Amino acid sequence: MIKIAAVVVGLAASVMAGPVSAQVKVGAVLSTSGPASFLGDPEKKTLDMYVEDINRQGGVNGQKLQLVVYDDGGDANAARTFATRLVEEDKIAAMVGGTTTGTTLAMIPVFEDAQIPFISLAGAVQIIEPVRKWVFKTPHTDRMACEKIFDDLKHRKLTTVALISGTDAFGKSMRDQCVAIAPKAGITIAHEETYGPADSDMTPQLTKIKAAAGIQAVVCAGFGQGPAIVTRNYRQLGIEYPLYQSHGVASKQFISLAGAAANGIRLPAAALLVASKLPDSDRQKSVVVGYQTTFEAKTGQPVSTFGGHAYDGLMILVDAAKRAGSFDSGKLRDEIERTQNYVGTGGVVNMSPTDHLGLDLSAFRLLEIKDGDWIMIPDSAS
Amino acid sequence: MAEFLQFTFSGLTVGAVYALVAVGFTLIYNASDVVNFAQGEFVMLGGMVTIFLGYAGVPVPLAAVIAVLITTAVGLALYRLGIAPARDASAVTLIIITIGASIFLRGVAEIIFDKRFHSLPALFGSDPIRIGGASILPQTVVVLASALLIVCLLWAFIDRTLYGKAVIATSANRMAATLVGINTRTIVGACFAISAAIGAIAGVLVTPITLTSYNVGTLLALKGFAAVMLGGIGSAIGAVVGGVLLGLFEAFAAGYVSASYKDAVAFLVILAVLFAMPQGLFGKRTVERV
Repeated sequence: MIKIAAVVVGLAASVMAGPVSAQVKVGAVLSTSGPASFLGDPEKKTLDMYVEDINRQGGVNGQKLQLVVYDDGGDANAARTFATRLVEEDKIAAMVGGTTTGTTLAMIPVFEDAQIPFISLAGAVQIIEPVRKWVFKTPHTDRMACEKIFDDLKHRKLTTVALISGTDAFGKSMRDQCVAIAPKAGITIAHEETYGPADSDMTPQLTKIKAAAGIQAVVCAGFGQGPAIVTRNYRQLGIEYPLYQSHGVASKQFISLAGAAANGIRLPAAALLVASKLPDSDRQKSVVVGYQTTFEAKTGQPVSTFGGHAYDGLMILVDAAKRAGSFDSGKLRDEIERTQNYVGTGGVVNMSPTDHLGLDLSAFRLLEIKDGDWIMIPDSAS
Repeated sequence: MAEFLQFTFSGLTVGAVYALVAVGFTLIYNASDVVNFAQGEFVMLGGMVTIFLGYAGVPVPLAAVIAVLITTAVGLALYRLGIAPARDASAVTLIIITIGASIFLRGVAEIIFDKRFHSLPALFGSDPIRIGGASILPQTVVVLASALLIVCLLWAFIDRTLYGKAVIATSANRMAATLVGINTRTIVGACFAISAAIGAIAGVLVTPITLTSYNVGTLLALKGFAAVMLGGIGSAIGAVVGGVLLGLFEAFAAGYVSASYKDAVAFLVILAVLFAMPQGLFGKRTVERV
């Protein structure tokens, strides 16, 4: 009789213990198909890979993570629907993802209302400015890219530039940021052109830039294949000014698309891109080399900074959960905001109540393309 | 002047691409009154299959031939599996089937290949030819010449061979064509196969200029279709002229107005032309017999 009672009690205990050790759901809405899939695809692979890894090592605070991923196809409406589903049906504890600025902005109200921490993987500065209580992000902003490029231009004593930007969200946002900070940085934007993201020839715009008076350098703000065509057309027209691209094209793919025309182009990019070339004294070296090796071994694809942003998002979340001791949404949020000296693939993160990104300009390295590879331009020597 | 010349070259570059895509529309339209919206996917397949065979170690020229053959097979399959079973349906229904096929092909390509952009080496290198302060890529000349060559071959095929006559007969009156002993199913099927082959050749040739990915087909088909409407649907030479004109409109709009409005300007011009000549520049006026 006592035995049976013990079994019953044991059963009851295990049933009651169930919810405590149950899995914690982490949500992600990523654009793994559609036009932004080259961002969303490595992000998803990274999250899958590292959640599995974390669970193999016993999870976080004794709880296993369960990743719930939806594919929005790059569509902001779909993203919002999935965000609502994550909140209402899946009851997630935290959210990593939102591949593009458009999908992220569409999802922000859902997570603000539900009071669930949301770490976005999208670029634009609007996501964290103004600061929203529950929203964070890991990638560098386009404003930082402009600042980094303008810094280098000033070092080279080139102050009058032409700007060519894509008419997609990324190009427009970066154009706006560059135009906004140019006066403060002492740079004059003397001529501006745009191109459609699917255009296959940009020579008319570049011809006008070539003909404009007083230009000393050209900055191209865009991502995808557009900047590769701009680069090819730039060489085709034989324009001699230095050409700067944005972090939006910081991948080996850009070099292979632009071919020999890419020689001499400068661009700001995360340390991940030059992982093996970093000096051993660099704080980020072990993190970026580790991520690169793991990603490339698991997927057989070259590493991209976009997957790195997902890695940073997940690790910031996990670190915060460990410090908070639970996945209670309020405590988790506070701890994410207290992230200090987190060394990630994107840079060293120091968040604060007024800064939900936590990166400074040192997170960007200035690279030059030479013979199909990147070389680092030291900050002082440029 | 150098600027004008450069805008013209830019227009020719883009126009040559549109022209080569547009030519692919004409044959299927002539044989079956169907505007094949999967034509852009044929172009995509031509480029992507060549590139991925190239990655697998196949030499590019051989890869291009295999790509054209595979795309031709896809064209035939589209006819056999999509169009032939619905042959009694109206042209509109068949057009909707081709839209479905285009979405399907895009989805399959996304899974089989990948989601990135790719490029192919240009036939005669990428050193621009400089003329009068402006420059043009050799590949543009290749694309334009190929478009014209394909038009000539199509013309010879339609006007000078018995099979060509059968295509005309099938398009004029399918019932009557069947009665005089033409196997109209074979004819229409062959037209799908040849159009697919033209699309694939276009894909191989334009990829060095436009770059390619699994989803470039939609936009190419849209621009190619606009070119076809401008040139007069069903006319191969009209497709080429329409394509080149569309490219020139865009380039001059980008050069002299603003790049932001180039599509709007180009389509306004097309609308104006179609108001004056509803059948397009080279289209035959169709007469409905009552």
